[in-house]
Amino acid sequence: MRNNDFVRRIKSPGGDRKKSGSTHIDFPLLILLLALCVFGLLVLYSAGGQDLSYIKRQATFMVVGFCLMFVVAQFEVRYWEKWAFVFYSLGLLLLFAVLLFGVGAKGAQRWLDIGFTRLQPAEFMKVGVPLMLAAYLSNRFIPPTLKHTSWAMAMILLPAVLIVRQPDLGTALLVFFSGFLTLFLAGLGLRYLILTFLTSIAAVPIMWNFVLLDYQKQRILTLLSPEQDKLGSGWNIVQSKTAIGSGGLNGKGWTEGTQSQLNFLPESHTDFIIAVLGEEFGLIGILTLLTLYALVIARCSFIALNAQSQFGRLLAGSLGLIFFIYVFVNMGMVSGILPVVGAPLPMISYGGTAILTLFIGFGLLMAISTEPNRMRKVL
Amino acid sequence: MIHKQAFSDPARERRIFARRLIFSMFAMLLMGLLIISRYFDLQINQFQDFATDSDNNRVHVRPAPPTRGIIYDRNGEIIADNRPTSNLAIIRERAGDLDQLITKISSLITLSDDDIKRFYTRLKRQKPFEPTPLKFNLTEKEQAILAVNQHILEGSKISATLTRFYPKRDLFTHVVGYVGRINERESNTIDDIAYSGTDSIGKTGIEKFYEDSLLGQVGSDQVETNARGRVMRVLDKVSPTPGSDLQLHLDSQLQQVAYEAFSGGRGALVAIEIETGGVLAMVSAPSYDANSFVSGISQKDYDALLNSPDKPMFNRSLRGQYPPGSTIKPLFGLIGLQSRSITTSTTIEDPGYFLMEGIERPWRDHNSERGGHGKGVDLAMAIVESCDVFFYTMGVKIGIDTLATSSQVFGLGKKTDIDLPGERPGIMPSRIWKKQARGASWFIGDTINVSIGQGFMLTTPLQLAVMTARIASRGNLIQPQIVKAIDGVKNPALKVAERPNISDEYWDYIHDSMRDVVHSTKGTARGINKHLTYTMAGKTGTAQVISINANEEYDRSKISERQWDHALFVAFAPVENPKIAIAIIVENGEHGSSVAAPIAKTVIDAYFKSTAPKNNNQTLASTKVSYSKSSGGDDADAKQ
Repeated sequence: MRNNDFVRRIKSPGGDRKKSGSTHIDFPLLILLLALCVFGLLVLYSAGGQDLSYIKRQATFMVVGFCLMFVVAQFEVRYWEKWAFVFYSLGLLLLFAVLLFGVGAKGAQRWLDIGFTRLQPAEFMKVGVPLMLAAYLSNRFIPPTLKHTSWAMAMILLPAVLIVRQPDLGTALLVFFSGFLTLFLAGLGLRYLILTFLTSIAAVPIMWNFVLLDYQKQRILTLLSPEQDKLGSGWNIVQSKTAIGSGGLNGKGWTEGTQSQLNFLPESHTDFIIAVLGEEFGLIGILTLLTLYALVIARCSFIALNAQSQFGRLLAGSLGLIFFIYVFVNMGMVSGILPVVGAPLPMISYGGTAILTLFIGFGLLMAISTEPNRMRKVL
Repeated sequence: MIHKQAFSDPARERRIFARRLIFSMFAMLLMGLLIISRYFDLQINQFQDFATDSDNNRVHVRPAPPTRGIIYDRNGEIIADNRPTSNLAIIRERAGDLDQLITKISSLITLSDDDIKRFYTRLKRQKPFEPTPLKFNLTEKEQAILAVNQHILEGSKISATLTRFYPKRDLFTHVVGYVGRINERESNTIDDIAYSGTDSIGKTGIEKFYEDSLLGQVGSDQVETNARGRVMRVLDKVSPTPGSDLQLHLDSQLQQVAYEAFSGGRGALVAIEIETGGVLAMVSAPSYDANSFVSGISQKDYDALLNSPDKPMFNRSLRGQYPPGSTIKPLFGLIGLQSRSITTSTTIEDPGYFLMEGIERPWRDHNSERGGHGKGVDLAMAIVESCDVFFYTMGVKIGIDTLATSSQVFGLGKKTDIDLPGERPGIMPSRIWKKQARGASWFIGDTINVSIGQGFMLTTPLQLAVMTARIASRGNLIQPQIVKAIDGVKNPALKVAERPNISDEYWDYIHDSMRDVVHSTKGTARGINKHLTYTMAGKTGTAQVISINANEEYDRSKISERQWDHALFVAFAPVENPKIAIAIIVENGEHGSSVAAPIAKTVIDAYFKSTAPKNNNQTLASTKVSYSKSSGGDDADAKQ
């Protein structure tokens, strides 16, 4: 491994890297993202009932997202490392603001109305937390000590708790995971891992009795037996499984999915959009999407392994991992192997803030992939 | 693996990171495989199950209601059909504020409070995407106003549906009946599948009796619906079978003539074609417009019908039970002859009253003020001049038991089993009947009352017509029937069993007596024989509405009009070869001779006028020459 590292070091600061340094764009990632966006808009057109307004809004967000990604990529990684704390704090402030002035629907308060559009600050923390943790941990001992681990956990839990209060358990869990994965990649000790695992188990009854709201408990019960309540909370999952299953190998054809076109499938353009894809494009469509995702994650891992700084490594690695977690949670939930939590399918589900957050993340990854080789500063 | 180290070692950091990342990649691979296997399981292994579920979700069978059968009269004139009407409906899902929308609509077209009230009642039973009718039968002007303002009436919709229509309005309401919206009680008894998609059902008359034939067979549309049940497209169709068309024995023109003959008065008329038993005309006056019930009648209009002193909703021809009075005399005379209680040469003396041994109270003859009919009254004279005392005497001789059993053969005291719902049986009293109904023994006085068709005896106009037809046809057990053919196939008549065994001599005697009622100079119905182009046999009758003390005279000036006697008349014609039998009652008409008999003449005239060209090889044609339009009741009155 040492040898490999050595070889990479020799290779990576090569000429091509310097060339791209002028624009800071990772072309393989760019092409994959473009492919995902096109695929996503295609599915969304069908899922939104062939309503062009969804497409227009989503495409607008994607264009803005691409621009944001390019802007983010142009800043050198060390600036992001330096400013991480500021962004994290800003994110926390927004989360407080949501609790105070947020707007929302169905008993949840998740959005901030900023005039021309609505923002979901919790989404930003999916990037904000790993950014903060990567910045914090990369300047500490690796693997982190107990003290640093504790501070890191505090940095993770504070936004997570604020998001749970909205309430939005799904996003809170994803934010927690994004931070925790950074910690894990930073070499969190085995005993802490075990401790976290045990704490999680111990937390289950506490969560159940004091933290989880009735609808959230219902969703977990629904997972265990969706057929119990077919028209109530089990409806979503029964219908999404029917949609996916009836797609078969080849699918029913684009805009031909009866489950989605006839409104049997709830939330078909947001969290449950994979069911539309599964119904209309079949298993082939699912595998195509998974391949695209796998390539994105592989590219992220490649960038992480080749990153010049510890910060870049940690950030790139955790962004890649959390991207996978999004995919896994969403696809697991829609196919009925995970409880229904609010988790969009990255790049495909309709939702502006989620798209913007993803592009900011990819902007950071591009910045890392084109990071110039410089002397690591030593603590 | 984990070491404490004070100083940063980039190589070691990288190594730890790489190891963790590679571990994570394995974990991702496994989790990815889990996801793939899950989707493989759903989409490949369980594909069939889910494909079925998905189809069950979207494909529904929607009923296609059949078109109700059309009702024609015997000449093919339409009595009931289905007309496209425009209705205004509201789709709740698209309407927004309902009250506001209704206010807007009522500013454009007239909406009654009743319309709005019934709209809200219907709304409760319907799904939000289904149109709920607000107003039926829009006029063209209303349609135009609504169409122009469509843009401000979001959620309202003008739709065309087939609605039952009765072009003859009030003419056939009591016979043909009408359809109405299925009510809650009916919906509990009907076959839900047969009526799916149909919201009307026959409520009365032929519409009710032949409901099964008229309804037709429901078809189905296999449709694709969305999650809220809205139909997106039709996948497959099974066309409904329209209901059977009915042809009635009724004759529209005859019915019209008969109905108008009552000129607004109260009464009933039944005319039967003797050859078939088919009912040619069946009138209960006054009547009401059958169309008013089809789309629901307003409470106000309904109350007006219900509370009218003329009782227009009461079907007098079928459910009105009246004492038959003297119209029963030919039958009882026949029974007297047949039972050998009297002979054709039996005579009595009529002093104007009848005394029964052991009973102080005398039974008056109707012309007692003129001192009775005098000596030598035989059966023929008793029928022609309507002598009560002869029948009192004969009735006592025959006895109630024979009277009751023999009368039943002629259709009295039991339902005629005509193809109409709600028929009343009348009363042919007997010892057993009185024991059961009144808990009392039979007295001889009861027999005397019955012998002139009074007392406990009650008949419906239909029963009297059937009785007359059976007398006219010399005992053929004529079965009255309204529907002639169903979809062109002859409606089978009900089988009737025993036929009275009465010798021709007696039939001739009774027929001659009845002919003399009309044609002889002393006959009670002689007033109508002028200009008669055929021979008619008849019998007048008077039915008491209130009982009058034995020592009192009936004085019309002392009692209110509603208590005046009912006038009755039964007849058949021509006497030699009877074609038509008729029974008429005019409520509070007082005299059968002057009020009821002219109606019979009018109707029978009209009947022969319409059938004459078809039968021009028969006797009728030769007597057609001097036909003139009926003089009607006034002329007859003047002759009295």
